[in-house]
Amino acid sequence: MRTERVVLHFPKHLADKPVIVNLVRKFDLDFNILKATITPDEEGVMVLEITGEEENFQKGIQYLKELEIKIQPLSQDVIWNETRCTHCLYCVSYCPTKALQRDEETYLVKFDPQKCIACGICVDICPYKAMEIRLVV
Amino acid sequence: MAKTIEEINEKIRQGKAVVVTAEEMIDIVREKGVEKAAKEVDVVTTGTFGMMCSSGIYFNIGHTKPRIKLGGGKVYLNNVPAYAGYAAVDIFLGATALPEDDPRNRYYPGKFPYGGAHVIEELVAGKDILLTATAYGTDCYPRKFLSAYININDLNEAVLFNVRNAYQNYNVAVNLSNRTIYTYLGMLKPNLGNANYCSAGQLSPLLNDPFYKTIGIGTRIFLGGGIGYIIWQGTQHDPSAIRGENGVPKRGAGTIAVIGDLKQMSPSWLKGASIIGYGVSLAVGIGVPIPILDEEIASYTSVKDEDIYAPIVDYSSSYPNREPEVIGEVSYKELRSGEIEILGKKVPTNPLSSYAKAREIANILKEWIKEGKFLLTKPSAPIPGPESGVRFKPFSGKELKEEVGSR
Repeated sequence: MRTERVVLHFPKHLADKPVIVNLVRKFDLDFNILKATITPDEEGVMVLEITGEEENFQKGIQYLKELEIKIQPLSQDVIWNETRCTHCLYCVSYCPTKALQRDEETYLVKFDPQKCIACGICVDICPYKAMEIRLVV
Repeated sequence: MAKTIEEINEKIRQGKAVVVTAEEMIDIVREKGVEKAAKEVDVVTTGTFGMMCSSGIYFNIGHTKPRIKLGGGKVYLNNVPAYAGYAAVDIFLGATALPEDDPRNRYYPGKFPYGGAHVIEELVAGKDILLTATAYGTDCYPRKFLSAYININDLNEAVLFNVRNAYQNYNVAVNLSNRTIYTYLGMLKPNLGNANYCSAGQLSPLLNDPFYKTIGIGTRIFLGGGIGYIIWQGTQHDPSAIRGENGVPKRGAGTIAVIGDLKQMSPSWLKGASIIGYGVSLAVGIGVPIPILDEEIASYTSVKDEDIYAPIVDYSSSYPNREPEVIGEVSYKELRSGEIEILGKKVPTNPLSSYAKAREIANILKEWIKEGKFLLTKPSAPIPGPESGVRFKPFSGKELKEEVGSR
């Protein structure tokens, strides 16, 4: 089994077509939509968690690529700016997936982008603007 | 067998002083006892790093040719209004000042992306700052407009001057209402969704000298990465706040006013902060050395998070309406565990003050003293203690009409 969180950029002509449903129908993959939006120039951006057998996973990703959907790992779009971070740890308990955690010895922030779902709570509340999500380019 | 500051300074000069952080002192006193610790340790260093709104800078830009008198005129720094009610070219900028076109909380909760504190951080970082000014013009100061980039290196004096910093202790904020609220202690989820606190606890300067026996007017300190001084008690100084048997206040209590050369400071220790729904503030790093003159002071500096209690206050009602209710008291050890129990409910806790940075400051100050770069000072005058009878009074001005604001 493999689980990945990815950001999908849909080209304009796919914005009104059913695509993700085919991951279930054709490749037996589970999905969880974490975020979805259509930009003013009608391109789609979706943050998706995909789970399934490795072979199906690869086929599913191939299917999306053939549709000219750009795929990248979510972790690339979530940025923790360590020079802005003061390690106050204020963000830690607000983070719903424990992507932001406290190191119990040093009391420093530990950020695990793999656990992040890009909900954006930390972006809103961090007083020092140490968190950044670059989803919609 | 008391020591004097002069004796400790002599040891510092010779590189023989024993300097430890307030965290290390806890273990030393636990292992060796107060008597031995007082003999062996010369200085305990403390630290704190958190948002301190009553902060600001003043500076002198030098005289333009022809001259301009900014006093009585208007001055903006990167579009943030500064105070020009001095003479010709002295300017004061407060940390919480906002550009006039910032929407504040009109779009609630406001984001407050940029304000005085951010200008301060950028100025300290050596970035050019856009100064725009208008003046009324006089015979001796004829100029009426000025628009120029200024840089900290070109200023005459540039001084950090904070009228209230380093609160001795502070409230733990919770929200008993059924909607999310946005406060200076952060976002508070409804129905006791979280509890936010802001103190370095056992590392915090005034908690290690609860009666201000060594910390006073003239005390040399770590300020914003440079060297600064305590120049007065801070505004709202309240030495008469209730205290535990160990002498440690259980409410806000003491504060200090501090000053220092901004040109020595660093943006690592002066950081602009944007508090959603509330405003802009400046995070300030402060470290205060405590000379271990006798056993009493050694004992104070061994205070632990479990011995320091903070009041839990409802920021949806009690705080805004200035009602005295305190829901309960909780120790910093419990707060730092990440979860406390309030009214039978388990509530996650969030710090706003960086313990890691407080620790770093205490260690930097320790190194400065060990290297002989930083000598201790004997205060010229004390700041008022509990015996002074000084109290923090509420507003008592005569209001002209009743106006109860609510969101």
